[in-house]
Amino acid sequence: MIEARGLSKRFGSVVAVDDLSFDVRPGTVTGFLGPNGSGKSTTMRMIMGLDLPASGSVTVLGRRYHDLPWPLREVGGLLEAKAIHPGRSARAHLLTLARSNAIARTRVDEVLELVGLSAVAGKRVGKFSLGMGQRLGIAAALLGDPGVLLFDEPVNGLDPEGIRWVRTLCKKLAGEGRTVFVSSHLMAEMALTADHLVVIGKGKLISETSVADFVARSSHQSVKVRTPAPHQLSDAVTNAGGTVIADPDGSMTVTGLSASEVGDLAASIGVSLHELTPVASLEDAFMELTDEAVEFRGGS
Amino acid sequence: MTAVVEAPTSFEGERIPGRAGLRRAMAAEWTKLWSVRSTMWTLVATVVAVVGLCALGTGTVSSSEIIDDPTRRSLIGIFLGQLIFGVLGVLVMSAEYGTGTIRATLSAQPRRPVVLTAKVLVFGAVAVVVSEILSFSAFAVGQAILSAKHAVGSSAAAGHRAQQLGVKIPHNIQAFLSMGSASLGQPDVLRAVVGAGLYLVVLGLLALGLATIIRHTAGAISAFVGVVLVLPIIAQALPTSISNAVARYLPANIGLVMFSTHGLPDRIGPAFSPWAGFAILVLYAAVILGIGCWVLVRRDA
Repeated sequence: MIEARGLSKRFGSVVAVDDLSFDVRPGTVTGFLGPNGSGKSTTMRMIMGLDLPASGSVTVLGRRYHDLPWPLREVGGLLEAKAIHPGRSARAHLLTLARSNAIARTRVDEVLELVGLSAVAGKRVGKFSLGMGQRLGIAAALLGDPGVLLFDEPVNGLDPEGIRWVRTLCKKLAGEGRTVFVSSHLMAEMALTADHLVVIGKGKLISETSVADFVARSSHQSVKVRTPAPHQLSDAVTNAGGTVIADPDGSMTVTGLSASEVGDLAASIGVSLHELTPVASLEDAFMELTDEAVEFRGGS
Repeated sequence: MTAVVEAPTSFEGERIPGRAGLRRAMAAEWTKLWSVRSTMWTLVATVVAVVGLCALGTGTVSSSEIIDDPTRRSLIGIFLGQLIFGVLGVLVMSAEYGTGTIRATLSAQPRRPVVLTAKVLVFGAVAVVVSEILSFSAFAVGQAILSAKHAVGSSAAAGHRAQQLGVKIPHNIQAFLSMGSASLGQPDVLRAVVGAGLYLVVLGLLALGLATIIRHTAGAISAFVGVVLVLPIIAQALPTSISNAVARYLPANIGLVMFSTHGLPDRIGPAFSPWAGFAILVLYAAVILGIGCWVLVRRDA
């Protein structure tokens, strides 16, 4: 359980996190979604007591991180990949952390095995790829078998197999009753991994919702339609203010009208429908929500 | 048919009593120190360089040269050693910032003064052992070389020795007394050899404190070099009246007093006694480490 209340952080004159309040509950994967520079990493650093909030507070399991008796046994965090001395081996790095929190030496080899780094345990971290660095970061997070896990952009640098592995791991950890908080700037990735979402932009909370609700509330829905009379329906849709794109497989995608509006329209002109599927574009929904809150935008 | 949705039970990890404290933090620092190759390399290089410089400093003495203080002569390599100990002390902290390991360290032990204390104690303990090995071997090698050369001591050295023994020696005879090499049994010699090692330890800790404040390796090393090498040069450039008042407070001059038995160079002016100087040096390191701790607690990691 993570509880943020009125959390704010300023870097000079820049407000990085602005009056942020949210809860992250155990037993589900909560996605922390926001464009780059929206304050996700800063928020995660504040949860782990690395950055000090300008105002507000955040607690883990009802305590400030600073007051946790055995921090690594309560909270595991992957904040940056490869933030490790390059001359140290993966095993030595984990051993250092284990000793600081009275974690058994055998657990080090256990987590190395779990993330698939056993073969390179004695290799210096400086020679690791970004993906291996991420796996080592995840191993460090799991070291104390903690009930709360924070992963900041865990799939960065991972290959497709690795991405799927992280996704499965997050769900498995949540299934064990742990609190799993995963940040990403990729909506599609979040939709596959998370059950709940905390969406922020420019450091402000935009939405705290379930993934299903988030998708349903999106106004950028399109409808996939298959009909034996495409031209007739196409004209009717255009007249009703919709837009039609013909798809290569013979179906068409309608935007600007809801699925029920398209169905009613087809019935009114006597055209039969073989398929009528609402399709939500998650990326669009995310863009729409954070549109007002994007810090950096390329010229259009 | 009704689907039973089971509410996920909250995860319960293993509960153990107590809390992560200084002892655990020191164990972690110990592992950290010895799990990078550079630590051992640097320490071996230090011993080789300092003892080598001592052999050079004593080996080049000609048999007719007059040596004022054979103890100091053999320990002159300490001035090289202080730079290496400074770099080591800096790296204990700055390497954490340079590589980002500090985030992992502070996640494991969020009470930051505990982390700094663990670093001071572990590095300090290693430094004491290495620096004393260093100063005793430099002394042993240096004196062996000097006595093999039957080096000639100065009349001042002989006079000083006679004074310590409470013996009155006619001035014209002093010059014939050879005090060209020293042994640990002579007055002040053991103090000077032990002092040379302690001087290195305190400078290493001072460097650790500077790195805690500055956080960047290059910046912290520059500051350290400024304190031990540049300040004496500036002090010497000042008018004698000011220079005399300031010089004895400089770490390098305190060090020189600490590993001399007598006959200090004029540029130091009126110096503190070896142990008073040492106390001042410890105070410097404590103040710098105190400021370091204060900013460590207040700044974002």
